[in-house]
This record gives sequence, structure tokens and C-alpha cells, in this order.
Amino acid sequence: MMVSSGSSEHTRLLDSAPRTRSRIVMACKDIADGFRLWRLAATLGWLDIRLQFSGSTLGPFWLTLTTAVMIGSMGLIYSQLFHLVLRDYLPYLSISIILWQTGLSALILESCSTFTRATETLRSVNMPYTVQALRTMMRCGIVFSYNLVVPVAVFLIFGISPGADVVLALPALLVWLVDSVALCLLLGCACARFRDIPPIVGSVMQIIFYITPIIWEPKQVGAHAWWLYFNPFYSLLEIVRRPFLGQIPTATSWLIAGGISVFFCLLALFVFSRSRSKLAFWV
Amino acid sequence: MSGSVFDAGRVASGTSSISIRDLSLEFPIFHGGARSLKKMLFKRGKAALASSRSLRTGGEVRMDRAEGGPVYVQALENVSVEIRAGERVGLIGHNGAGKSTLLRVMAGIYMPDAPNVHIRGQVAALLDVNSGMNPELTGRENITLMGRHKGLSTAQIHQLERDVEDFAQLDTFLDLPVRLYSSGMIVRLGFGLATAITPQILLMDEWFMAGDFHFRERAEKRLSSVVNNTDILVITSHALDVLEEWCTRLIWLEGGQIRMDGPTDDVLAAYRVDMQVPDSQS
Repeated sequence: MMVSSGSSEHTRLLDSAPRTRSRIVMACKDIADGFRLWRLAATLGWLDIRLQFSGSTLGPFWLTLTTAVMIGSMGLIYSQLFHLVLRDYLPYLSISIILWQTGLSALILESCSTFTRATETLRSVNMPYTVQALRTMMRCGIVFSYNLVVPVAVFLIFGISPGADVVLALPALLVWLVDSVALCLLLGCACARFRDIPPIVGSVMQIIFYITPIIWEPKQVGAHAWWLYFNPFYSLLEIVRRPFLGQIPTATSWLIAGGISVFFCLLALFVFSRSRSKLAFWV
Repeated sequence: MSGSVFDAGRVASGTSSISIRDLSLEFPIFHGGARSLKKMLFKRGKAALASSRSLRTGGEVRMDRAEGGPVYVQALENVSVEIRAGERVGLIGHNGAGKSTLLRVMAGIYMPDAPNVHIRGQVAALLDVNSGMNPELTGRENITLMGRHKGLSTAQIHQLERDVEDFAQLDTFLDLPVRLYSSGMIVRLGFGLATAITPQILLMDEWFMAGDFHFRERAEKRLSSVVNNTDILVITSHALDVLEEWCTRLIWLEGGQIRMDGPTDDVLAAYRVDMQVPDSQS
């Protein structure tokens, strides 16, 4: 074969790939089919958790226990360091750590392996790729709910009630659910192609943990607090966290969180629609 | 199984078809630096300075632009296949001829949205022994997952479970993780599972012929009942007697291209002649 024929064959493959509009239609169809198979995704997610903890007596409650010990010790040390009253600080810390560590951060880290951990399935079964995204979401959701016990216990111990405002956390959690599907599709595709993205994401999440008010409170930065809005994770966290603390999130938080979610969804649709036909070769 | 999700793929009986026109497929093979975002960005920068052109080594493997990029393997080249309802097609060829790749294209796994590939009808593919089974889960759990994938209700899944249990005869092993199974046991389970729901298009890789003689006999009985109810069967095998028995048409692949396509007897005769002559003349 001659040199030129090699490149022309390659171009033909690219040409035969459908154009952007039909790619997006196919991606949307994949997402819709995936949602129709939600029972499969839920079962897969449950089984993942069960396998992870098979052989341990406590099962997923290990997570709860680890988190409880961590929050307890962090609460004691940091309340001393920051000169805060434990009764004020511990409820804040517990809900923040849970929402970050087993919520946003866990989801982003897990979403990287959405497709790479399903290699066998993707290569041998014709299944909507979105099922794998929903499976990752389900797995994170289960871990999250096991850990939610810790802040609830803290609230009970200190006799604090968030009041009726806690229902405002529901629409915010719904936003998180939408974001999680988008992130799984987005990072799942990117990490299937480029295997050095997961460690990069890991380092970035570590940095974000320190610059986002999680172990410290926004009011501690005083007049500079408005700077925090430049960190999109701050708003995403605030819309869920404030209702749990019996407060109403600011409209700015909601606007930024909503905007960033729309952005995630569009970016995910773009990346997923372009990667879909190549995913089977990437994983 | 009315009302299940994947009835959507079903078409009126006898109207299933597979149509592939002029399909070329190159496998990108990522190795070393091609997997790295950092290296790729770095390479793009270098490539912009010193313009490089793509080069092709040999007939099948090609390097992309600069060194360290993905290598492309030409798996299929200008393949055109039309299969109508009622046909029983066998794919033959040497290892690496593109049989399994073509099967994966028909299953909608490779290039699912290519405009020159049209698959009409509900497809079931038995592509590898595990067929997407999770080795850490028990046989029973894998059956449940398969049922969920097909959109079955819980009652239907129980029915599926009983059916596969009767066929596979794994007894207590059904409640143990699949990774503890012998390869023959995995075949029993995988085969029983894949043939429990009659598809309109059945695609099978050659592994299904594994298993002991006793199992083979029962497998063939079960397979013939499934095959009689499917519109299209496509199998790959090196066992020529199997193909002779099952297929009405053979497609002979060589180096990703169709070398011959025709009635079983004709293709087999030509293939046998070719097999006897070593590749010394080239």
C-alpha cells in the first residue's frame, strides 16, 4: 500500500462519522434509552457497593464510622484552632464535610472511571452508555446517604433543628443529580481517552477543598467574602448546605449554581456526542 | 415479552436486515504517550513547529502524524454486506481477518451511528465467553442484570432465572461468583442466558462450541430452536463442519476485506483449497 492511501482511508472514516446534528440526536437518544433502563443502572450501582464491602461485617457502615471519627476529631481540633464554640461549629463542619467529601468531590473523582471500569461490558454488550453514568451516580448516591447519618446524629446530639427551610435542599439536590449525570458523561469520556486526567482531577479537587469554605466558614474571610462567588463550587455547595443549616441560600448562589449546571450539561452533551462512536475503542 | 424496553428495536417478523455499505474501520491503538493528555498537547505544539506528515508502515498498521501518537490498525476495508431475513451466514477467515470486528459492527458496538451501517431488528450478540458478565457476581445476579438490561419485569426475570437454571445445570454453582467457574461452566451460563430470549438477529462468535460433548448436544438442540425462530443468524467459526451444518451462506474475510461471499458449498470448497496450499507463492 502506498503512503497516500493510508491517509485517505483515515479521512474516509472521519467523513463517514455522522455530522454534528445527528451526533447530538444520537447522544440524546442514548441518554433517553439509558434513563429508561434506570432499573438496570440501579441494580448495577447496588451490586458495586455490595461487592466493595463483601466480607466485612459492618458493610457500608464502615464509611459512616470513618466519617464520624474524622468529623469528630476535626471538629475538636479546628474549633480550638479557630476559637469557635463546638456547638456552633460541629453541625456546620459535619454537613459541609459530608456534602463535599461524599458528595461533590466523590462524584467528580468517581465519574472519571465511569466508562473505564465497564470496559468488558462496553466491548461485548450493546447497551446505552448513559447506563454507566447512572450507575456511577447511583453508587455515589448510596455512599452519600450512608454518610448523611453523621450530620443527622450531630444535629440530634446538639438538639439543633434546621426547621422547615430544609425542604429548600431538595431542588438543590435535584440540580446535583442533573450535574452528576453530566459530569459522568463528560469526565467519563475524557478520562477514557486520556488516562492522565484522573490524577489531574484528583490534584485539582484537593486544591478546591482548601479554597472552598468547607472546614472554614465564609464569614471568617470578612469583607472579602464576595470573592468566593468566583469559585463555582462554593455556590454549588451553598445551595444544598444553607437549607440544612436552617438558612436560605442567596439568589446569587442559585444563579451561579444554575448557570454552571447548564454549562456542564451543554459541555457534557458536546463531548459525549463527539466521543460516543469512539468510546468502544477507547476503553 | 410485550412492553419491555428493547421491544423498540423489534421489527415485523421476517423484515430484519443487515446492510453495510463500503465500510472501512480503523482501530486506534493507544499505547504509551498516546494515552496522555499532557504528551498530546506537548506533541501538538511541536508538530506545529515542524510540520510532519502521516506515514504508513506496511499494509495494515499506520502511525499517526508524529511519533507517539495512536497507531491505527486497518481492521475492515471496503466491506459491503447485505443480509436479508432467513439467511444463516457464517464468517470464515484466519485469525485477525476481521471476523469478530465485523460481528461487533453488526452488534452496534463499533461505530454505532455510522450512516452506512443499517441494522433492522432486535439483536442479541454472544461475542465473548463472558458476554458482559461480571465475574465477581454470582451466576444468579448476572442473570438478573441481563434481565434488567432487556427491560424485563421482576416476574419475567424469575422466569428467565428458572429457564437458565434448567438449561445450564450448574446447581449450587449458580449462587457462587462467576470467577470460580470453569470455562465450560461459564459457557453453559453465557449460552443459556443469551439464548433464553429469542432475538431477531443472533450474532455469535465461535466460543459457543466450547464445553463437553454432552453439553454440545444440548446446546445444539437449544440453538436450533432459537435459530429457527430468528430471522438472521451470523456466526464465526473455524470449525468448518459447524458452518457447513448451520449456514446457507459464507463470507470469507481476509485482511479485513471480503475475499469471497456466496453459498456455503462454493465458499467452503474454495477455502479448503486455499488452506491446503501454503502461502509460499507470495
